[in-house]
Amino acid sequence: MMNRSQAQKQLQGKSVEAGGTLHRLCVRQSVPVTIYLDGSPIEARTGDSLLAAVMSAAARLRINEFDGSPRGGFCAMGACQDCWIWVEGRQRVRACTTLVEEGMRLSTTATVMGC
Amino acid sequence: MTDQNNTPVVIVGAGPAGIGAAAVLVAAGLRPILLDEGRAPGGQGYRKSDPALGLNLAYAQEPEYKAIHALFERLRDKIDYRPETLAWSVDAGSVFTAFRGSVASEGIPFGRLILATGATDKVAPVPGWTLPGVYSLGGAQVLLKDQGCAIGQDVVFYGSSPLLYLAAWQYLEAGALKVTVLDTTPFSAKMKASAAIASVPKLLRQGLGLIARLRMRGITMRHGVTDMAIHGDGRVEGISYSWKGRRETRACDGVAIGHGLRSEIQLAELAGCGLAYNALFDQWQPVVDADGRGGSGVYLAGDGTRIGGAVAAELAGRIAASACLADLGHAVDAAEVAELKRRRDAHWRAQDGLARAFAWPRKGFAELPDATVLCRCENVTAGQVRGIAKTMTGIPDINRVKALSRCGMGRCQSRMCGLAAIEVAAAARGEAPANLTHYRAQPPIKPVAIPTSSQEVA
Repeated sequence: MMNRSQAQKQLQGKSVEAGGTLHRLCVRQSVPVTIYLDGSPIEARTGDSLLAAVMSAAARLRINEFDGSPRGGFCAMGACQDCWIWVEGRQRVRACTTLVEEGMRLSTTATVMGC
Repeated sequence: MTDQNNTPVVIVGAGPAGIGAAAVLVAAGLRPILLDEGRAPGGQGYRKSDPALGLNLAYAQEPEYKAIHALFERLRDKIDYRPETLAWSVDAGSVFTAFRGSVASEGIPFGRLILATGATDKVAPVPGWTLPGVYSLGGAQVLLKDQGCAIGQDVVFYGSSPLLYLAAWQYLEAGALKVTVLDTTPFSAKMKASAAIASVPKLLRQGLGLIARLRMRGITMRHGVTDMAIHGDGRVEGISYSWKGRRETRACDGVAIGHGLRSEIQLAELAGCGLAYNALFDQWQPVVDADGRGGSGVYLAGDGTRIGGAVAAELAGRIAASACLADLGHAVDAAEVAELKRRRDAHWRAQDGLARAFAWPRKGFAELPDATVLCRCENVTAGQVRGIAKTMTGIPDINRVKALSRCGMGRCQSRMCGLAAIEVAAAARGEAPANLTHYRAQPPIKPVAIPTSSQEVA
């Protein structure tokens, strides 16, 4: 078990290089957008959920607050609440029910005090 | 009564049950408000695939699926349809909502309320189920239909549900590379239940057809799997399980888990409906009469009340709306309602058969390793729940286990772990799961943001 800062350090910059756990079977015929996860760009299409965009490029959406373990969502239908992710400078959003927006900057760890 | 007749009927949920209810109300000249947490109608099972994905999945060619979506399109202009609107509480004759996660300043008063809240996956946790790459079975289907993503390139469908076979086939249909089905129930249980499942002949035919097609494609299917564990360093890398007295291991990069469905009952409880333990489906569900009346102007229909599948849900929605109309003083065709019930009951009998064939792995909870995380939100383990359950004195109550262990206290409000936590606690105490009662619902039933402060409350 590790604490949050150790977990952050270990995961820093690794999330995108490691490759996603989701496997895209088709690309949506819609407008391409770029979003950023912990500073690294991810290509997506309008209509993609944050969960699909992030997890097809990276192996985590967030880290569990209690043991620092990576999490990648679970129910994908707004029930389990295990895919909340920070939008930089804004509030947390639920990745499975939030769609990508051009230039969105996401962070797998807290960026706003008090959230 | 006058007030109730002039205040709209509010329907929560736009799956088959909610749409069926809306159709009956519209036909009687009413304009109901239909609240949909989703972006588009259909609910989870009849979720529409985005045409821009270009997926041509067979489920979207089913006549029942097409009929529900066509019915909604005919109703769209005749109802007050509100997508992306979460109903997060019911109190004093009003439904409280949030649009895109932000709470509306005022509740919506209702004359009558029809709850068609549907279900989510019923999941028995296993070691490693919090690893990225593990999704609920329904989630694995949503990611495919909604996002064109498979949950891996080598996916294991694990649990006890006819949907394991359907989802595995849908993955193959969509071009996923490799699938495996690991079923925790024995094949003999399915044979034994086949007469009940044949109450809806099409269901049995489809199920047998799926298994035959999967076999023809050379897909590995195991019946009677136990002691499942998921392994990996930061993501799914493989699994191990016991089968026919030996331990097998298998590499994979995605796992879908599902043991049938669990009703979304929180709003029913908040609306004042009674709950009763359904031993066949291993869960607490709202108490309703044969027409779906739940008391005090509340009506219920669909999988949120009794697990029956999409067709039964639409029928139950029509029946509940008919009861609502009758209570509002409208003339209702009794023979028509009787026929709807006859068809609904056949689907219920078939689903009861499926529940027997694909049973919840009750014995497994006692053997689940202590270190296994039960509560994904608060990271509470089976061992922690056992320790507290065993030493609990006085009246046993899962809500006290929750208070002392934090299991089920997180953002999902026990949706994912609750049924399993009850089983683990009951097994540790050596008593029946129903004795521990149910997790109590708390508003807001899902996290919502208060717009003035932009702070999430949960």
